[in-house]
Amino acid sequence: MSEKKDLKRIEQEKERWEAETLKPTLKKNPERAERFTSVSMTPIERLYTATDLPGWDFMKDLGFPGEYPYTRGLHPTMYRGKLWTMRMFAGFGTAVETNRRFKYLLEQGQMGLSTAFDLPTLMGYDSDHPFSAGEVGKCGVAIDSLADMEMLFDGIPLGEVTTSMTITSPASVLWAMYVAVCEKQGVPYHCIGGTIQNDILKEYIAQKEYIYPIEPSVRLVTDTVLFGAHHLPRWNTISISGYHIREAGSTALQELAFTLADGMVYVEEAIRAGLDVDAFAPRLSFFFDCHNDLFEEVAKFRAARRLWARLMREKFGAKDPHSWLLRTHAQTAGCSLTAQQPHNNIARVAIQALAGVLGGTQSLHTNAMDEAMALPTEEAATIALRTQQIIAHESGVTNTVDPLAGSYYVEKLTNQMEEGAWEYFKRIEDLGGMIRAVERGFPQREIADAAYTYQQAIEREEKIIVGVNRFTTDEEPPIPLLYINREAEAQQIDRLQQLRRSRNKDALMLSLDALRQAAAGKDPWGKDLLMPRILDAVRAYATLGEIMGVFREVWGEYTEPNII
Amino acid sequence: MAEVAQRKIRVLIAKPGLDGHDRGAKVIARAFRDAGMEVIYTGLRQTPEMIVSAAIQEDVDAIGLSCLSGAHMHLFPRVMELLKERGVDDIMVFGGGTIPDEDIAKLKAAGIAAIFTPGATTGETIEFVKKNVKAKS
Repeated sequence: MSEKKDLKRIEQEKERWEAETLKPTLKKNPERAERFTSVSMTPIERLYTATDLPGWDFMKDLGFPGEYPYTRGLHPTMYRGKLWTMRMFAGFGTAVETNRRFKYLLEQGQMGLSTAFDLPTLMGYDSDHPFSAGEVGKCGVAIDSLADMEMLFDGIPLGEVTTSMTITSPASVLWAMYVAVCEKQGVPYHCIGGTIQNDILKEYIAQKEYIYPIEPSVRLVTDTVLFGAHHLPRWNTISISGYHIREAGSTALQELAFTLADGMVYVEEAIRAGLDVDAFAPRLSFFFDCHNDLFEEVAKFRAARRLWARLMREKFGAKDPHSWLLRTHAQTAGCSLTAQQPHNNIARVAIQALAGVLGGTQSLHTNAMDEAMALPTEEAATIALRTQQIIAHESGVTNTVDPLAGSYYVEKLTNQMEEGAWEYFKRIEDLGGMIRAVERGFPQREIADAAYTYQQAIEREEKIIVGVNRFTTDEEPPIPLLYINREAEAQQIDRLQQLRRSRNKDALMLSLDALRQAAAGKDPWGKDLLMPRILDAVRAYATLGEIMGVFREVWGEYTEPNII
Repeated sequence: MAEVAQRKIRVLIAKPGLDGHDRGAKVIARAFRDAGMEVIYTGLRQTPEMIVSAAIQEDVDAIGLSCLSGAHMHLFPRVMELLKERGVDDIMVFGGGTIPDEDIAKLKAAGIAAIFTPGATTGETIEFVKKNVKAKS
C-alpha cells in the first residue's frame, strides 16, 4: 500500500499522536478495559494504520474478485450479479411435516432447500431401534427409507431446486435416496444439484456423529467423491465444515485451520483413489460459522479463500481455476444465541448474517430467535429469512464487491488469520497429518481449551453477553415454541413395519449381500465401489438402519478418547 | 453435611442418548474438577442403564445429565426410574441442555433437582451441587 519511507513517516506520526493526543486523553479518560479482545480472545489494537501492513502487495494479497487468490470474492460481480442463496435449514417430525415447511419456506422466498435430519437418522438407526426411543423427529426429520424420502420431496421439482442435506456418516445412503427420488421424478443425473455434508473428520473432532472407525469412514467419503465426479457434475460431494468446530468452542482461527486441514485430507484421498485433482476439486464445498465479531469473521472468510486458492494451486497443482475456489455456505452462530430475552437474538443474527455477507459467502442460513430452546417456529424462521432479505435489498452492502477491502484493520486481521493457519498446518503436519492429529486428540484438546477459556471470560465478565451476565431481566414472558411430541415416533414405527412387510425380500437380501461383500472387499476404487451398491439397496427399499447395519457388521464402531 | 465435607464430592457427568453436543458437559466437568470435586465423565452415547450402573459403581454423590437433542423428557426421567428401581435414593440428579421452561417443571416433578439451561454459569452449578448433595452413609 505505501512505500517504505511513507511507512516510516506514518510510524513517526503515530508515535507523536500517542504522545501528544492519546496520552493526555488516556490520563483523563482511561479506556473501558485493560485489554480488548475479539470473540476468539485475540488481542485487538486500538488503531490500525498502513504500518500494520508492511510489504502488503495489492496483486498478491488482494487481487481482483473472480481472480486468484480470490481474497475479494469468487466472482467478479459477486452480489451485483447474483445474491447468495438463502437456504434455511429445516426439518422436524415426519417427512410430511417437513415437506410442508420446505414448501412454506420456498413460498417465502428462500432459494434452496436445506434438510435437517433427526438423530436416529444421523446415526444410521431406524426409528424403531432401541437407541431411537425419544429421539425420533426431535431435532430433524426422520427418514428410514426411500419411501420417506419420496414423501419429503413430494411436489418439489428436484430438477429446479437444489437441496443441501446435513448428513454425514450416512450421507452416501441419503444421497442415494435423493438420487432415487430424482430418478422417479425423471430428472437426469446432470441436472441434479445439491450438497451432502459428508465431512466425517469433523465428526471425530467436533460434532461427534461418527459411527465407524476413521479409515473406512474416510473410504466412504472418497467413494462418494468418485461417484460425484463420474455421475453427478452439479453435486457438491462434501461440505467441508468449520461450523461444528466453532460451535464446539474453537476460536475463529482454529475453525479456519482445522477445516482446511480436513479439506486437504479429502483432496489427498481422492487423488490416491486415482482421480485427477481437477476432476473433483471444483465440487468440494465448505461450511463456516458466522459469529458475533463481525471483523474477525470477515477476515476469516477472506483468509479462507486466499489460503485454499494457494493450497489448491501450489500444493496440489490444480490447473482448473474452478478447483481453486473456496465455495462456502455459512450459518449464523447457534452457540451465541441466548435463552434469556430471546428477541435479542434477532439482532445478533442480523449482525452475524451481515458478517457472512461482507465475508462473501455463497449461501446462508440464519438462525431463529428460539434457537437456544427448541427447533424454530414458522414465525421465528420467517423473521430469520427476512433478516437476510433486508440485508440483501435494504442495507446497500451488496452494491459493491468486498466493501471492507483496504481497511487496515480488516487486511491485518486477514493476514493474521492466514499466518495463524499456516502455523497450525505445520503443527498438524508434525503430528503426522490431520488423521493422526485427530487420533491423538489434538484438535479436540484445542477446542476444549478454547471453550473453557471463553466460558471463564464470560464468568469473570470480561466477555459480556447481553441479557445473561448484564442487562438481565427477572421476569420474562414465555415465547411460543415448537413442540415435537412422540406421535411422529409412533407414526414412523408403524410405517416402517408396513414397509418391511410389503417390500420384495429377495431383491432386498441380494442387495444387502452385495453391499456387504463390497464393504469387506479389497478393491475399493474398482469392483468394490460402494455407491452403486447403496443405490441398489435403496431402490429395493432397504432401510437406513439395514444398510448402515451392514457397514457396522463389517467395519465395527468407533469409540472416542475422553478429552475434557 | 459434615460427612460430605470430609471426602471430595464425586460427580458423574453423563451424555445420555445419541446427542453428541458435548461442549457444555466438558466445560462443566472441567470446572467441577477445578473446584475440587472428583469428576467422572462417561463420554457419549450412554443409555440410562449405563449411566445408573456407572453412578452406583463409582459411588457418586451426584449425576449431571446433558442433552441438547430434545430427547430429555424420555431420557432424564428414565434415569430417575432406574435409580428408584435399584433402590438408590442418595444420588442427586441435575441436568442441562436445550430444555424449554415447560419441560423443566415436569423434570423436577420426576425428581431432577435442577436444570441448568444456556446462560447458567459453572459457578452457580458448582454452588448448587455443593449445597445440595445428600450426605452419604
